[in-house]
Amino acid sequence: MKFGKVLFAAAAATAMTTAAQAGTLDDIKARGELNCGVATPLPGFAAPNAENVWEGLDVDVCRAVAAAVLGDPMKVKITPTTSKERFTVLQSGEIDLLARNTTWTLSRDVNLGFEFVGVNYYDGQGFLVNKSLGVSSATELDGASVCVQTGTTTELNLADYFRAQGMKYETVPVATAEEGAKVYDEGRCDVYTTDASGLYSLRSTLSAPDEQIVLPEIISKEPLGPLVRHGDQQWGDIARWTLNAMIIAEELGVSSANIDEMASSTNPSVLRLIGAEGNMGEQLGLDAKWAYNVVKTVGNYGESFKRNLTDTLNIERGINAQWKDGGLLYAPPMR
Amino acid sequence: MSAETAQNARGSGGASLFSDQRFRSLFFQALVIGLLGAFLVFIVYNTAHNIEKRGIQTGFAFLDAAAGYDIAISPFMEYTATHTHGRVFLVGLFNTLLVSFLGIIAATFLGVFLGVLRLSPNWLVSRIVYCYVEFTRNVPLLLQILLWYAIFLALPAVKQSITMFNDIIILNKRGLIVPEPLPGDGFMLVPVALVLALFASIFFARWAKKTQAATGKIYPVFMTNTAMIIGLPLLAFAVTGFPLDFAYAELKGFNFKGGVVIKPEFTALWFALSLYTAAFISETVRAGIQSVSHGQTEASEALGLRPSWTMRLIILPQALRVIIPPMTSQYLNLTKNSSLAVAIGYPDIVQSFGGVTLNQTGQAIEVIFITMLVYLTISLLISGFMNWYNNRVSLVER
Amino acid sequence: MSVTEQQYAPGEHPDLPPPLGEAGLIAWFKKRLFSSVGNTILTLVAVFFLYHVLSAIIFWTLTGATFTGETKADCDLGGACWLVIGDRFHQFMYGLYPTDQYWRPNLTFILMVVAIVPVLFDNIPHRGKFLLFSAIFPFIAFYLLSGGWGLETVDTDEWGGLLLTLVLGVTGIVASLPIGIVLALGRRSNMPIVRTLCVCFIEFIRGVPLITILFMASNMLPLFLPEGVNFDKLLRALIGVALFSSAYMAEVIRGGLQAIPKGQYEGADAMGLSYWQSMRLIILPQALRIVIPGIVNTFIGLYKDTTLVSIIGLFDLIGIGLVAVADVKWRGLAPETYAFIALLFFISCFAMSRYSLWLENKLHTGHKR
Repeated sequence: MKFGKVLFAAAAATAMTTAAQAGTLDDIKARGELNCGVATPLPGFAAPNAENVWEGLDVDVCRAVAAAVLGDPMKVKITPTTSKERFTVLQSGEIDLLARNTTWTLSRDVNLGFEFVGVNYYDGQGFLVNKSLGVSSATELDGASVCVQTGTTTELNLADYFRAQGMKYETVPVATAEEGAKVYDEGRCDVYTTDASGLYSLRSTLSAPDEQIVLPEIISKEPLGPLVRHGDQQWGDIARWTLNAMIIAEELGVSSANIDEMASSTNPSVLRLIGAEGNMGEQLGLDAKWAYNVVKTVGNYGESFKRNLTDTLNIERGINAQWKDGGLLYAPPMR
Repeated sequence: MSAETAQNARGSGGASLFSDQRFRSLFFQALVIGLLGAFLVFIVYNTAHNIEKRGIQTGFAFLDAAAGYDIAISPFMEYTATHTHGRVFLVGLFNTLLVSFLGIIAATFLGVFLGVLRLSPNWLVSRIVYCYVEFTRNVPLLLQILLWYAIFLALPAVKQSITMFNDIIILNKRGLIVPEPLPGDGFMLVPVALVLALFASIFFARWAKKTQAATGKIYPVFMTNTAMIIGLPLLAFAVTGFPLDFAYAELKGFNFKGGVVIKPEFTALWFALSLYTAAFISETVRAGIQSVSHGQTEASEALGLRPSWTMRLIILPQALRVIIPPMTSQYLNLTKNSSLAVAIGYPDIVQSFGGVTLNQTGQAIEVIFITMLVYLTISLLISGFMNWYNNRVSLVER
Repeated sequence: MSVTEQQYAPGEHPDLPPPLGEAGLIAWFKKRLFSSVGNTILTLVAVFFLYHVLSAIIFWTLTGATFTGETKADCDLGGACWLVIGDRFHQFMYGLYPTDQYWRPNLTFILMVVAIVPVLFDNIPHRGKFLLFSAIFPFIAFYLLSGGWGLETVDTDEWGGLLLTLVLGVTGIVASLPIGIVLALGRRSNMPIVRTLCVCFIEFIRGVPLITILFMASNMLPLFLPEGVNFDKLLRALIGVALFSSAYMAEVIRGGLQAIPKGQYEGADAMGLSYWQSMRLIILPQALRIVIPGIVNTFIGLYKDTTLVSIIGLFDLIGIGLVAVADVKWRGLAPETYAFIALLFFISCFAMSRYSLWLENKLHTGHKR
């Protein structure tokens, strides 16, 4: 009967991974693969397609970092994480980067020992209702049944909002977004609340997406961004500037389609981006063509947004437009 | 250490300490304690380090902090998002106890009923019960809970609710809505009358038993007591002028307002727990009744006892001795299984306190510790009761 | 009545056929179904009930059900829509296991049957050799499923469906038996500290629900480990399941140990056997033999309990079922999905409980009166 124990030991040994706290970049290069945590399927942000390849705005951040570090966007091991376990897996070193529509807050940045490297989607909590209910504002939701994912800040904001408005509601707790979609679709609740991006992506998974509207009220500020462990500054810089490179590329009009022609550009910013001038890559400890690889293989921020959110979920750029177009996206200069 | 080497050791004259059983026992226990201690130190050290590293708060101060989230079902105490996590614990605990208690009652009645049917001389009936029991026992409870929940969510929507008795009872996928009783002045007399009746019937039963033992005269205890327990409260109700009103539910906006809503999460959990446990209880009951030898029945018939008396005075007391221990462990299982509420969002202690509070505060160790402690206490109480009962009914032989 | 010419010695008379109406089909019907007025009414009620339930079930599962088609819209017969099962059948079996590697779980399934048969039945030829194979089967299965050394590595998060349920069940069973034996021996030991520890462990585990142990394994285990060391999710769940079932197993085995007459212990001592020798050669073989049905019943419970891992986010049969149910393409088909999963569980659990009964009868023949 000993073989059971031996099996356990063997399983434990293979499953144990020792993660170093510093030198993340070297680890990834040695491993030849980036470990990246994303959301459990959330269409538009992270979801496997029909060929079981993960796609989405958050997944593109993972792919971009892999392209910058390893030169190949497919050298990523995607780990879907629940809202509950996402921080533990990052802390424990199971993943190198967490790109899982996570709100940047002070306590997460400071207390949990993480470093947010930027914002890849400006979000806020909203409400989704069926058109047939004839509701046009969240202030008319008195007495409604509201589906909400448990263990999230959404749940707390919801309680605050209804209390502030002096309205009553019935809370229907759900464990995952998929379960929420199902329960909402079956009519257990009138309203579904989560971040507006999540609402759009949820809407696409309902049986009658056109019958649903997102109410105008946004009741919270949710800047969503990728994050890394505190302590390895170089790794944090790489992640931060990979995201910035995507944003800058869009600002400069550099896309995956035209980046090869950009070598003849006269704009020094463009030349710095594609590695034809300056030593940006060297400063980060990366190849000179790191940003070129990112834009060439993954695309700029605008392309990623269009591919993942506009084309499939009908999400407008809104406040996620470039600063030049009146949005909030403003990447520091790369020089 | 094998016997052979031990013998050799003895034979060679150098009596090893290991051949002394007392020393060996002490040595192994010291070893076990040492290993366990080292293991604990290792875990405590790691945990302390990890907690500090991850900035997780420690201690039980969170119990006094505002929870900030709402709970849909809190029938016994007022609860809003401004209440504390400590209150969440109580709400969750009461919800666990509520579904367990009602589940135990339903499972017992159904289980005994099925167990008796299973022993029915009617082949068809016995077979039907057999199929039911086998099917229910061999399908995971979690699946049954999900299935019942799916069935309740397949009920009509709010606007198409099924109404019964002139809109008094309403059924839709948001729950079963019944009128809410609103006790008026003097209604308190009714429960008081009930308690009085209960005491009176206990007293009467004792007196009747004593009188029967002394004189042999038999009183209709069951009938008298039933009449008292039902009659006295009714009388009190009538005397005070029927001080009870009902608030009927009305469709307003999204949902029905007023009335008591029995939520589908509760009903699904309750149904699944009761039906699942009833299958096990029916087997227990069957085994218990079968364990009483047929000679007992024959002897009691020979004494001229009526069939109902045979059952009540001869068979049941003996069968109960066999039935009660496994029955209590089924009750315990039901209580523990009620933690599967988390799968459908019924706010029992595991879903609300052990789930949401854990996530909101991040204090996994404290929360899981408290949650486990609750179940351990319930287990100890129930097994304590079982031991007491076993001692009470165990056969005093010669 | 005619007196026969033939004379028989007392006790030698051949049995006469039973009187008409006391045997055969009619008698059986009369006795078991229509013996009295009450019984007849009961039978009629049962037939009525059975007719309605069976016809509803047959309509829903077969005659009114849809078996071919592409989308939910094709299901218009009023009964079940089994298309969702067909569409996601591979997921129900293998979870997210890479499609081109399906031969590996398939081979593991076949090898598992080969490994289990000699454990279950003792009358097959060359049982010893087969048992040897059973002993090394877990390693082969682990290698086949997870890969490495020439096979493509498949991460445990891609295991799912029936495959994962079986992995959890088999590992839980294989791990809980030795741990359970150690705990049971510890509980019966005369070393007070060892005994107290075992009693505390067993009673603690048996006093709390499995889900809290799984929560502990998934939330607290990472805190217990040194920094940088982490177990994957499946292993964490396996540890929880194995600890849980070993406590129950220990109690079953303790029952067996207690049932062994004291003379056996004394006999072993008199032979000069050491504690471990007497346990291994005398006590355990007898004790385990008695409690095999109990062990099988614990296994059934364990197998059903593995479904709880879906709550901590593993994609076992129920986890995959929840995903299938949430798919917008098949929304509203929860009863079909759950019914299919229920059927899979019913078949395996019922088979196990039948086996346990069969074994019980077989083991008890020697002791019956």
